[in-house]
Amino acid sequence: MATQQSRSAARIMLAPAVILLLGWMLVPLTMTLYFSFKKYLPLRGGDLGWAGFDNYVRFVTSSAFWPSIQSTLIIVIGVLLITVVLGVLLAQLLDQPMWGQGIVRILVIAPFFVMPTVSALVWKNMFMDPVNGLLAHLWKFFGAQPVEWLSDAPLFSIIMIVSWQWLPFATLILLTAIQSLDSEQLEAAEMDGAPVLARFGYIVLPHLSRAIAIVILIQTIFLLSIFAEIFVTTGGAFGTRTLTYLIFQRVLESQNVGLGSAGGVYAIVLANIVAYFLMRIVGKNLDA
Amino acid sequence: MAKSFTNQRMIINTVVAWGIGLLIFFPILWTILTSFKTEAQAINDPPLFLGFDWTLENYSIVQERSDYMRFLMNSVIIAGGSTLLGIVIAIPAAWSMAFVPSRRTKDILLWMLSTKMLPAVGVLYPIYLLFIKFGLLDTRLGLVIVMMLINLPIIVWMLYTYFREIPVEILEAARMDGASLREELIYVLTPMAIPGIASTVLLNFILAWNEAFWTLNLTAAKAAPLTAFIASYSSPEGLFYAKLSAASTMAIAPILILGWFSQKQLVRGLTFGAVK
Repeated sequence: MATQQSRSAARIMLAPAVILLLGWMLVPLTMTLYFSFKKYLPLRGGDLGWAGFDNYVRFVTSSAFWPSIQSTLIIVIGVLLITVVLGVLLAQLLDQPMWGQGIVRILVIAPFFVMPTVSALVWKNMFMDPVNGLLAHLWKFFGAQPVEWLSDAPLFSIIMIVSWQWLPFATLILLTAIQSLDSEQLEAAEMDGAPVLARFGYIVLPHLSRAIAIVILIQTIFLLSIFAEIFVTTGGAFGTRTLTYLIFQRVLESQNVGLGSAGGVYAIVLANIVAYFLMRIVGKNLDA
Repeated sequence: MAKSFTNQRMIINTVVAWGIGLLIFFPILWTILTSFKTEAQAINDPPLFLGFDWTLENYSIVQERSDYMRFLMNSVIIAGGSTLLGIVIAIPAAWSMAFVPSRRTKDILLWMLSTKMLPAVGVLYPIYLLFIKFGLLDTRLGLVIVMMLINLPIIVWMLYTYFREIPVEILEAARMDGASLREELIYVLTPMAIPGIASTVLLNFILAWNEAFWTLNLTAAKAAPLTAFIASYSSPEGLFYAKLSAASTMAIAPILILGWFSQKQLVRGLTFGAVK
C-alpha cells in the first residue's frame, strides 16, 4: 500500500540510524585492520612502518595466547553449563503455582541489574576474602580451612561470579518460553500416565530447545567479552587472562597497538562465528 | 483428597522457590545490611546478621569523601542522554521498517544486530585514538555518543517489534483523512507506541547504566560514572567493607527498582524478539 512518496520518506528516516551504525562499524574496524599490519608503539617511537603479518603471527605464538584461549573457553563453557542447567530447572520451578510467585521472581532476577563492577567487588571482598569473607566464616564454621578463592581457584571463582550475574537472564528467557507451552499437551501426557521425567524430557525440553539455543548464543557473545569482572578481581593474574583481557593489556597497558589490533581482529572473527548462528535463528523468526 | 494434594504441592513449591530465591538474592541483601554497619561490625567474627547498631554514617562518609553525587550525575547524564538520543534516531528508522518495509528490511535489521556483536576490545584503540583526537576522552559527551551507538541496534529492534504490533489500518485511516506524515507520526503513531517506547527507554537506560567496558576505559576523573566509581574501591585501603557496601547500594538501588519494572521488556529486548 506504500506510496512512492512514503517510500522515499521511509528511506530518509532510516538513513540517520544506518549511516551512524555504518560509521561506528567501518571506521574503527578499518583502523584496527590498518594498525594490525603496522609496528605501532605510541610510547616507544610511534609508527615504525609496515609489519606484514608479523603481529598476527606474534600474537598467536606468544606464550600468553593459548592460556588465554584456554581460560576464555573454561569461563564461557563453565558459565553456560551452570546458567543453562540451573536456568532450566529454576524456570521450571518458577512456572509452578506457589505463594508469592511475583516476589520470588523479583529476587531471582535482581542480580542481572547489579552493575558488573559492584558484583565483582562484593563477591571478591565480602564473600571470597580468605579472612573476612562470608564463605571463609562458613568454611570455619564447618571446621574446614578457608579457601583463598581468587588465587587458589581463580577461574572457578570468576565462573561463580559471572554465573550469578547471568543465571537470572537464562531463567527469565527460559521461563518466558515455558509459559508459552501449551498446558493441555502436558495435562494430556499426565493423564496418559507419563512420569514427570518423561514429560520433562519429551515435551518441555524439546519446546525449550530454541530458547536454550538463543540463551547460549547471546550469553556467549557477552561472555566472550567480559571485562569488569576480571579487571576488579584478579586483574588478569592467576591464569584468568582471557582473550579480551590479553588484548586490553597489549593495547592499553603495554601500548603495543599493532599486536593488540591483530588480537582484536582474532576476537572479531571469533565473535562473528558465534554471531552467524545467532543471526540465522533470529532471521528465521523475522520471516514468521 | 485432591485438594490437599495440590495444597501440599503448593507448600513444597513455595518453600523451595523462596529458599532458592533468597539464596540468589542474598549477596545483594548482605551488601545492603553491611552498608548500615560500622567498619568494625562489618568484619565481626562471627558475622552479624541483624543484631548490630544500625548507622547511616557510611553513606555520609562515602558522599563526603568521594563526591558520590558527581558520579551519580555522570551516570544519569550518560545513561539518560544516550538513551534519549538513541530513541530520537531510532523512532523514524523503526517506523520506516515496520510500516514501509522493503525487500532489504530484513537484511538491514540483521545487519544492525550484527554491529552489536562486534567485540568492544577489538576496536578499543581506534576509539581511544579518535576520542583523543576529538577531545572526547573523559567527557560525558563522548560517552553519550558511544553508549548511544552500542545500544542503537537494540533500541531500533525493540521499537520495531513494538511498532509491528500496531495495526497498519489505523495509520492508513489517518492518511486517508489527510494527515501528513509528520502528523501521522506525532498524533497517531506515538500515542499508541508510548508503552513500547517507555519499555525501550527503561531497558536501554539500565544497559547503559551498567555498561562497564567503555566507561572504565574512556573516563578518568571528570566524566567517570558509578561503574568507575565502584571500581576505584578495588584497591583496598584498610577497613572498608561498610563503605564499599554503602557505595554499592547507592549505585545499584535506582537500577534495581527500575529493573523490576522491566522484566518483560528484558526478554524482548535482549533476544531481539526471538523469544516472546
